[in-house]
Amino acid sequence: MTTAIFISLLTSAIRLATPLLLAALAGVYSERSGVVNIALEGIMIAGAFFSIWFTHLTGSAWIGVGAGIVFGVFTSAILAAIAINLKGNQVIAGTAINLLMTALTAFLLEIIWHRSGSTPTAPAMLTTNPLKFLEGIPLLGTFFKQLTPFVYMAFIMVFVAYFTLWKTPWGLHVRAVGEHPRAAETVGIDVYKTRWVCVLISGALAGLAGATLSVGTVGLFREGMVAGKGFIALAALVFGKWHPVKTMLACLFFGLCSAANILAQSFGVNAPTEFLAMIPYIATILVLIGIVGKAQGPKASGEPYEKDEK
Amino acid sequence: MKEKFTYVWSVIRLPVIAVVFGFLTGAVCIAVTGNNPVVAYIALFRGSLASIPGFGETMYKITPILFTGLAAAISFRCGLFNIGAEGQYVVASVAAIAISWFGQGLPRIFLLALILTAGFCAGGLWGGIAGFLKAKRGINEVISTIMLNWIALYLANYLVRIPLSPNVRAGLSPAGHSVVVPEVAKLTKLKAIVPAFGYSSAHTGIFIALISAVVMWYILFKTTVGYEIRTVGLNAQAAEYGGISKAKNTMLAMFLSGGLAGLGGAVQIIGLVYMVNQSPMLPGYGFTGLSVALVGNSHPLGCIPSALLFGILENGSRQMQLAGIPSEITSIISGVILVFIAGSLVIKLAGDRIKAKWGKRAMRTEQEGL
Repeated sequence: MTTAIFISLLTSAIRLATPLLLAALAGVYSERSGVVNIALEGIMIAGAFFSIWFTHLTGSAWIGVGAGIVFGVFTSAILAAIAINLKGNQVIAGTAINLLMTALTAFLLEIIWHRSGSTPTAPAMLTTNPLKFLEGIPLLGTFFKQLTPFVYMAFIMVFVAYFTLWKTPWGLHVRAVGEHPRAAETVGIDVYKTRWVCVLISGALAGLAGATLSVGTVGLFREGMVAGKGFIALAALVFGKWHPVKTMLACLFFGLCSAANILAQSFGVNAPTEFLAMIPYIATILVLIGIVGKAQGPKASGEPYEKDEK
Repeated sequence: MKEKFTYVWSVIRLPVIAVVFGFLTGAVCIAVTGNNPVVAYIALFRGSLASIPGFGETMYKITPILFTGLAAAISFRCGLFNIGAEGQYVVASVAAIAISWFGQGLPRIFLLALILTAGFCAGGLWGGIAGFLKAKRGINEVISTIMLNWIALYLANYLVRIPLSPNVRAGLSPAGHSVVVPEVAKLTKLKAIVPAFGYSSAHTGIFIALISAVVMWYILFKTTVGYEIRTVGLNAQAAEYGGISKAKNTMLAMFLSGGLAGLGGAVQIIGLVYMVNQSPMLPGYGFTGLSVALVGNSHPLGCIPSALLFGILENGSRQMQLAGIPSEITSIISGVILVFIAGSLVIKLAGDRIKAKWGKRAMRTEQEGL
C-alpha cells in the first residue's frame, strides 16, 4: 500500500514536472543569451493550442506536437524581433505576447469550433508509455507505465541543454553573449545571431511544453489550461540558478510539491494546501535573497544590445 | 501654439500609432469572422459611450484599471518595473473584506476611510517587499513581483477559504468565497444619486480613482518627493551624485505603486464585487494596468484617457458579442497595442539618437567652419 502510494506520488511528480522542465529549459537558453523570457506562458499557450488543432486536422498527435513546436518558434520570433532588433523592453514584450496569445487562441477556438472554453477531444493523444519493455520490470513497471513520451524528451533535453551550453564552443559563445555582449562581439561573436538562435530554441521548447499539457495530458485545449505554469517555470529557472541540471532538480521539487498537494486533497486531508502551492515561489525568493545559496543570473540578461556603429 | 502642438504630438505619437495598429489588427480579425469592422466598431463605441447607463458600465470597468495603471506609471517613473500590481491588488482586496467585516459596527465614513487606508497599506507593503529586496539586495523587481503575485494569490485563497469564509465562521465546512461586505461599508452606486444611470453598476469609486490620478500627478511633478523619484528613474547614478538616495526612492516608489494597486483592490471590493472568491488565476488587472500606463505615457493624467480606452474595449466586448462577433477581439486589440508599444518605445529612442547624432554632426561642421 505505502509503496503504491509512493510510486503514484513519484510518477505524478514527474508528470507534473515535465512541462515545467521543458519551459524552464526554454528559459535557460534565452536568458543565458541575455533575453528575459516572460513570454514563456504565452508561448506555452500557443504550443498547447496549435498542437491540438493540428492533431484534429491531421489525426496524428506527433504532427500536432510538431505544429506546437513550430508555432512556439513563431511566437518567440515576436519576442526576438522586439528584444534584439528593436531593442524594446523585454518585459513589456513578454507581457504583450502573453496577453496576445491568450486572446488569439480564444479567438481561434471561437471561429474554428464555434465554441468557447475548450476544444473537442482530439482524435489522438500521447499519454501512454512509448517504451513498453520497461513495464516488465517488477515494482518499477507501474512507474514506467504512466510515463508519457514527453517525460523522456524533457529529461533528454536537460542533457542536451547542458552539453550544448557548457561543453561546446557555441555554448561558450551563448554564455559570453549573456554575460558581456560587448566583449563577445570584440572577439568576433555575432551577438544578434546568437540571441536570435537562442530565443527561437526557447520558443521550440516552450511550444513543446505547451503540447505536453494538451496532447500529452488531456487531449484537448482548454482556455486557462496553462494557468501560470510559464511563471512557475521562470521560478524554477531562477531556483535552478540558470543551470539545466539544477533547473531539473528545481522542477522535480516543484512537481513533488504539486503532487503532494493533489494527493493530500484526494485523501481529503484538511490541510491548508495553499501553503504547499506557495512553496516554489517562497523558495525562489529565499534563493534570490541568498538564504539558500546565491542565485546570480546572466549579467546582461534583459538588456538590449546596441551594436557599435563604427 | 504650433510649438505646443508639436510637443504634445511628439509625446502622444507612439501611443496613438500603437492604438491605430491595434484597431487595424482588430478590424482584420473581425473581417475574418465575416463581419463588417465598421459596424462592429460602431457597436463597440455606441455601447460604451452613447447612453448614460452604457457609459456607467464603462466607468466601472475603468475604475480598477486606472488604479493599476497609476501603479505601473509611478514605478516606471522611478525606473522600476512593477508587474506585481496583480498581487498587490489581491492582498488589498482581502484586507478590505476583513476590515469591512470586522469593523462593521463603526460609523460609515470612518469605516470607509479605514478600509481604503488598509487597502493602500496592504498593497503598499506587498509592493514594498519587492522595493526592499531591490534596494537592499539588488534583486530584480520583475522576478520578485512575479513570485509575490502567486504567493498573494494562494495566501488570499487560504484566507478566503478558512478565516474569512462565512461557512467556517458558522461552523460548517469551508466554502469557495469570503464573507460579503456589509451594507454599511459599500460605496454608493451612482444610480442612487443620478437615477439616469439605470442598470449600470457604476459606483463612486471612479471619483476616488480620478482623485488619486490628480494627487499622483501633483506628487510626481510638483513636490520634492516626486522630483527625487523621477530623477532616480532618469539617471540613478546622477541622482546619487546629487544626494538623492536610490535605495530610499526605490522603496518609496514601490510602496506608492503597490498602494495604488491596493487601493484599486479595496475600491473594487467595496464598490462592485463585495466578496473575494477562491481563484486559480490572478485577476489580470495588473497586466491591463501596464498597458494603461504605457499608452498613457506613464503620466498620471495620461492614464485617465488611456484607462478610458481600455475601459471602452472591455465594456464594448460585450456589445460586439451581442452583434455576433467573438469578444476576444478586444483582447487581441489590447495585446497588439502592447506589442507595438514594446517595439516602438525604442523606435522613438532610436529616432532621438539619430537626431542627436545629426545635431552633433551639424555642430561639428559649424565648429570646423569656424
